[in-house]
Amino acid sequence: MTEQLLKVRGLKIEGRSDETWNQIVNGVDIDLKKGEVLGLIGESGAGKSTVGLASMGFTRDGCRISAGSVEFDGIDLVNASAAVKRSLLGKRIAYVAQSAAASFNPAHKLIDQHTEAPTQHHVMSKAESEADGIELYRKLRLPNPEEIGFRYPHQVSGGQLQRAMTAMAMSTRPDLIIFDEPTTALDVTTQIEVLASIREIVEEFDTAAIYITHDLAVVAQMADKIKVLLKGDEVEEADTRTMLSDPKEDYTKSLWAVRSFQRPQKPYISGGQTPVVSVKNVTAAYGKVPVLHDVSFDIHEARTVAVVGESGSGKSTTARCITGLLPPKQGHIEFDGEMLPLDYRKRNKMQLRQAQMIYQMADTALNPRKTIGELIGRPVQFYMGLTGKEKRRRVDQLLEEIELDPSVYYSRLPSELSGGQKQRIGIARALAAEPKFIICDEVTSALDQLVAEGILKLLARLQDELNLSYMFITHDLATVKSIADEVVVMKDGRVVEQGAKDEMFKPPHHPYTDLLLSSVPEMDPDWLTNLLNERGVDNIGDAAVDKM
Amino acid sequence: MNIFGVIALWIIAIGVAGWLFRFAGQKITGNKPMFRDMPYGVAFGYVLGAVVLVWLVWAYSLSRSADPAVANKYFFLGKAVEGFILFAIAAWMFRIFGRHVGTAGTRKLFRSMPLTASFGILTILIYAFVSIFAGVLAPYGQEEILAAANVVPGGNPAMGGNPDYPLGTDQIGRDILSRLIYGAQNTVGIAFATTVLAFLIGATLGFLAATLGGWLDQLLSRAVDVLMAIPSLIFALLLMTIASAWAGSEKGLLTFYMVIIIAVIDSTRVFRLARAVGLNIVVMDYIEAAKLRGEGMGYLIFREILPNATAPLLAEFGLRFCFVFLTIASLSFLGVGIQPPLADWGTMVRDLAQFINFAAFAPQVASAPLLAAGAIALLTVAVNFVVDWMLHKSSGLKE
Repeated sequence: MTEQLLKVRGLKIEGRSDETWNQIVNGVDIDLKKGEVLGLIGESGAGKSTVGLASMGFTRDGCRISAGSVEFDGIDLVNASAAVKRSLLGKRIAYVAQSAAASFNPAHKLIDQHTEAPTQHHVMSKAESEADGIELYRKLRLPNPEEIGFRYPHQVSGGQLQRAMTAMAMSTRPDLIIFDEPTTALDVTTQIEVLASIREIVEEFDTAAIYITHDLAVVAQMADKIKVLLKGDEVEEADTRTMLSDPKEDYTKSLWAVRSFQRPQKPYISGGQTPVVSVKNVTAAYGKVPVLHDVSFDIHEARTVAVVGESGSGKSTTARCITGLLPPKQGHIEFDGEMLPLDYRKRNKMQLRQAQMIYQMADTALNPRKTIGELIGRPVQFYMGLTGKEKRRRVDQLLEEIELDPSVYYSRLPSELSGGQKQRIGIARALAAEPKFIICDEVTSALDQLVAEGILKLLARLQDELNLSYMFITHDLATVKSIADEVVVMKDGRVVEQGAKDEMFKPPHHPYTDLLLSSVPEMDPDWLTNLLNERGVDNIGDAAVDKM
Repeated sequence: MNIFGVIALWIIAIGVAGWLFRFAGQKITGNKPMFRDMPYGVAFGYVLGAVVLVWLVWAYSLSRSADPAVANKYFFLGKAVEGFILFAIAAWMFRIFGRHVGTAGTRKLFRSMPLTASFGILTILIYAFVSIFAGVLAPYGQEEILAAANVVPGGNPAMGGNPDYPLGTDQIGRDILSRLIYGAQNTVGIAFATTVLAFLIGATLGFLAATLGGWLDQLLSRAVDVLMAIPSLIFALLLMTIASAWAGSEKGLLTFYMVIIIAVIDSTRVFRLARAVGLNIVVMDYIEAAKLRGEGMGYLIFREILPNATAPLLAEFGLRFCFVFLTIASLSFLGVGIQPPLADWGTMVRDLAQFINFAAFAPQVASAPLLAAGAIALLTVAVNFVVDWMLHKSSGLKE
């Protein structure tokens, strides 16, 4: 029997909004032994991060622990004095934040930030800690471990920064580390490296960890046991294998089932049919920096073309070329067989209307000062010339189309909607122009899985009803599987491979496609172990990309 | 013992008291987190605050005493304390009033309003009321020369006052109360018009520069840089000297020139703000969506950008109004602003300035120029309180 490290009982947390205290966590228990990893999962707003922070005795501004106890190694953290907490946090309990880029101080070198906690807590001298830091960097397989610490945060990549932060959390050899979505912002090939590193180092030092994420496949690789949270309530807890194979609660089952949505492949397009949009040999650059090289692909009527690739591969730039925001240097865009002017300012209203766009961040894509009625009504009026009652009727019709009740939502502001609803408004605004072609730029990547599934189903239904063509930009291969008809894989501004979905998910692949596919975490808890055995630690993720 | 010794002794005494306060708090409350984690600096602050408060009460009680020698010393402090309490009560009552009267929207606004903001709004409303109804409220005309000159404010005949002129009269016998009321109309009205004009020029050009960018942005921004490089008050003085030559004896025309000159000089600051705010907004996806829809420049600026920039612009409007108002008062004080016989607070301070010398032995006489100065100060403070509150609201900061 190993010793109990963290014991949380009946934890209740209240948050302050509009001058009143609302309960946001309703009694959560956590038991953690030394060297054990607990996965906390749930949708956004489930209270995962709040619980994670509270288990270090900390609450964000405007929150307070209203009931329950947090006991770390026999020390009561809820009532501990500031001095006691100071001696624990950073020394025996460490925290790894979601965005390493925002959490490092940009004005100091990595190693200086690394040595801060050990010297502050008198665990090591600065020189010892520096040597130890280099050792940790090597263990986490950062390139040039001797030198990388002497760089500033903006000089290393996102995945490296996340690993440097894990090294920093390890610097005092804490007993407990809280990982708050450490890989959510990373590309799949980067994520897999970070995951492998974190798992290895946690095992090596026998550290207990709480791993917070919304991605089930990730948590399956990392955790010994999983706890599911829903709106501040604990749904269920079990060890990882039991949880994956035999979930008890309906909510957990629905989470598990999300990835099952898949549309059948539509019949292949026969030759000779004019594509709705045709990108022909497009080469583009931002100033003197080239970003696209000779990109060509076709999008046919009522088909979805998924453009896949990592950040920086030129997916969104391709979309900017099609819309005319970034006129290509060479090549051209054809719409229904006709050449489009390259600059959007030279296109006429009809041409602008036919191609619409849905954005990744609905928050920035909807003017926060306009009501839903105004947002959707504007294109209706602008393109269709409808006013007064007719306009209202059309807007109501569009709202029904996206499954929102017009009488409730017509006069609301975007800030009064949830993330998924905002994205639906973005879809309705695009539909209002009655286009033939819609560009969906990472439309589901900012949403919870259940909500994202709803959006994908809606888009699929609209496509069938209105014969729409989609260009679907995404980095998430699960999304591609569920909605695409054809797939275009991009890397460094070039099309690496393209073809029908069915063929793309069958071997043989282009090596890069293969790497992308194999880096997507699966629900199988042995997946990462198997992959590492199969490929070796140096042949996964960015390391493998660099070799290409 | 010299003054430094006294200060050092006080600091040590307060420090010791602070330590005792913290220690006693820990014992009495049974180590509540508030006292347990209280830094020494905070304990020192609590005790210092208490000491200052006690001193204020003591000084105020002295200023109320009948002994004129003692009363003199704390006359202004006493008035300040009285004014502070009076305004605090008025603001508090105004807030209660606002919470129960009006539409649901305004009631909600008043519920979360700090006392400073309700004081600011109340004061601004009073100023607006006074300047609109100046003709009805003022007992005498602003140019009317009465029989008695140099009547001391206070209306107490024993001190050289006259109940007919509660705030006294100036050197040539004009009623100060009436001139203060008319001054509100002139000074505040002109300042308001100037600020609106500055915003029309600055915000429009600023948004245009942000949206179009390129050479127009460069041209406008560099022009603004040049204008801002010249110290604004000196620049205004220079231009006003030229303008007074042009205007000749036409006093209305000179005022008009002044409005234009100050508006142009102040619009440079508005331009910078509007451009900076606009630049943050034009990179948003919804602007891109509007551009791709084919919307024109007018729609982009007034329907997409402006609604999202109102909060910072409104806050700037309040601040800018204060600066414009102070500039006009300074120009009038220097003799090139609003021209006599029109009553203006800046001119009133200049005209009565020499009475300040009486402050040490006849505070009531010295308060004559301070009344106009106080009117300026009060409005400036009030506007700033409201601006602070609006900034706080628009930035979404909690607590």
